[in-house]
Amino acid sequence: MDPHRTGIFLGQCAQYCGVQHAKMLLRISVDSPEDFAAWVHGQQQPAVQDASVETGRRVFESTACINCHAVSGTNANGRFGPDLTHLMSRATIASGAAPNTREKLRLWIQDPNKIKPGSLMPAMQLSDADLDAVVSYMETLR
Amino acid sequence: MRKWKTNMSSNAITIPGVQIDEKPWVDTLHGWLTTVDHKRLGILYIVYALLFLVVAGVEALIIRIQLMYPHNDFVSPQVFNRLFTMHGTTMVFFVGMPILFGFANYLVPLMIGARDMAFPRLNAFSFWLSALGGFLLYFSLVGANGLYGAGNAPDVGWWAYAPLTARAFSPGHSSDYWTLSLLVSGFGSIGTAINIIATILCLRCPGMKLNRMPLLAWLNLVMSGMVLVTITPLSAAQIMLLVDRYLGGHFFDAQAGGSAVLWMHFFWIFGHPEVYVLIIPCFAFMSEIIPVFSRKPIFGYPVMVAATVCIGFVSMSVWAHHMFTVGMNSYANSFFTITTMAVGVPTGIKIFNWLGTMWGGKIQFKTPMIFCIGFLFQFLIAGLTGIMLAAAPFDWQLSLSYFVVAHFHYTLVGGVLFAVFAAIYYWYPKITGRMLNETLGKWHFWLFLIGFHLTFDLMHIPGLLGMPRRIYTYEPGRGWDTLNLLVTIGAFIQAIGTLLFVANMVISYFEGVKAGNDPWDAWTLEWSISSPPPAYNFASIPVVASRRPLWDLKHPEDPDSRYE
Repeated sequence: MDPHRTGIFLGQCAQYCGVQHAKMLLRISVDSPEDFAAWVHGQQQPAVQDASVETGRRVFESTACINCHAVSGTNANGRFGPDLTHLMSRATIASGAAPNTREKLRLWIQDPNKIKPGSLMPAMQLSDADLDAVVSYMETLR
Repeated sequence: MRKWKTNMSSNAITIPGVQIDEKPWVDTLHGWLTTVDHKRLGILYIVYALLFLVVAGVEALIIRIQLMYPHNDFVSPQVFNRLFTMHGTTMVFFVGMPILFGFANYLVPLMIGARDMAFPRLNAFSFWLSALGGFLLYFSLVGANGLYGAGNAPDVGWWAYAPLTARAFSPGHSSDYWTLSLLVSGFGSIGTAINIIATILCLRCPGMKLNRMPLLAWLNLVMSGMVLVTITPLSAAQIMLLVDRYLGGHFFDAQAGGSAVLWMHFFWIFGHPEVYVLIIPCFAFMSEIIPVFSRKPIFGYPVMVAATVCIGFVSMSVWAHHMFTVGMNSYANSFFTITTMAVGVPTGIKIFNWLGTMWGGKIQFKTPMIFCIGFLFQFLIAGLTGIMLAAAPFDWQLSLSYFVVAHFHYTLVGGVLFAVFAAIYYWYPKITGRMLNETLGKWHFWLFLIGFHLTFDLMHIPGLLGMPRRIYTYEPGRGWDTLNLLVTIGAFIQAIGTLLFVANMVISYFEGVKAGNDPWDAWTLEWSISSPPPAYNFASIPVVASRRPLWDLKHPEDPDSRYE
């Protein structure tokens, strides 16, 4: 890789790898050294603690979510799935398969296979209230 | 006894149409199932391959419907993965190989003046093994679910790369059916290859020295030699995969010290020469058909033989050009780039020689010939994109993209399928005794040609724009949308052309003009006997004195033998 200009560059999984192959998208961001340093600094901060989404955080930490996901500063330290500490700093979820909006986040947690067939994350079977609470919690992870 | 006598007359017909009147159908069926006659086995191979051509063609159409629009959901991702796996596996192993083996079976003994293949029973055994292989592949639809509900047909792609074939990632039995199907049909292919080699080396009629053999026999000899060398590593790899899946082996399991790249080497040391196993018999059709319709003997016979043997050897050392993106060292990359480009040289010589044959000839644009001309153009373009992909850095960009898909479909459809169509139009009169309809043939050609170019010319472009292969859907707005729609339309035009071809085959079987012994005024021995040929082929074994024995017979005042 020898980038010459900044911006977002799209890519895609080339080697057939199973059901999820078509939606293994890539977004490569090329930043200026200053922007990159700022981004690194941001990513190193601990997760935002927002008392207003306490319910959602409790749902998150008391279900299987934490087996795979990490949020720094909490008891979630799973390593199998993506780190969610700064989830909302990303433009897309599911490696580019959907934009990172409240609606898509909710659908993803409800049933990942609706967005990306072949995803290894299980459908979490949460009640509507819990689902909304967790999504609200996710939205505070900037 | 009466039947035997009928057969002995020179007009005897051993095709079922005639025998149905005389025998109950169960006897006819029994006759076909137990036959060891090379002509009947040849027909069985060809009919079996044509049935699978229709099946795999329908699979391709479903794939194309799914890719017509971005985010289309005509089939689920799981079904899509099964479709392209079955399409690829079927087309290579149960259409391409059997149809070419069928022609070799039918034509080689007739062309070299023999009464059958060297090992008729092995011949029947090989055919039924291949047939069982195809049956196993499609029986997966019923049998592969197992207790897991794990999906009902192979979905690992036709290369079945590790570790996708490990039991963790391919539960159930779909990959087992795939493996066993290729293993079984592979043994069939090896048997047939041994048979063709033995027949050509041992059963040539008096006077038919190696340098007087029709090129079709020469090229099938080389093809068979390649089958022996290439199918064996594939069979070995299939056995290793079964050991991995069921006996705790770790050949391809990188986590336990095995190597996924090992599978790639095994597969492509088979897979690339396989391309030549498929295309060399098509070169053979070209070398027989083009001279007849140019009214000139083949240009540069010895060079054609030498080029074929050269392709046979060089193509054994090009396989890792399928693996440039694996990350081989630069010595390996350079070696495989050079060998891959080198194999283009003898292939180019062949194209020059066919053009040299046509040059100054009195060309007759009958249906077999126009399919040959289509072949020449398309195979040339397929070769040129092949040379592009042979350059490792270019391949790094375009490997696994639709550019590659377009390239090898140009070879296999624009090359192999056009040649097979040419061969069917050319030899159908010999096999059935009736001509195929020329008007329908021309319609078939033009529809198929237009559909082919619409589909596969345009398919290069989304590849250049980065569209990977084997995706069941794609994001809108990447410049792939319109092109994919046009590609799908082209696929359906090809399908309509193929329907006309099927109709032509069926109608002409009953209504076609009687062919007579030699409808094309040709020069090889199969045209010296009745159409269809009697069970014993030749009432008395012919004696030949030149490469064109029938020319000698028809032109005693100026025989070829005078100049050889």
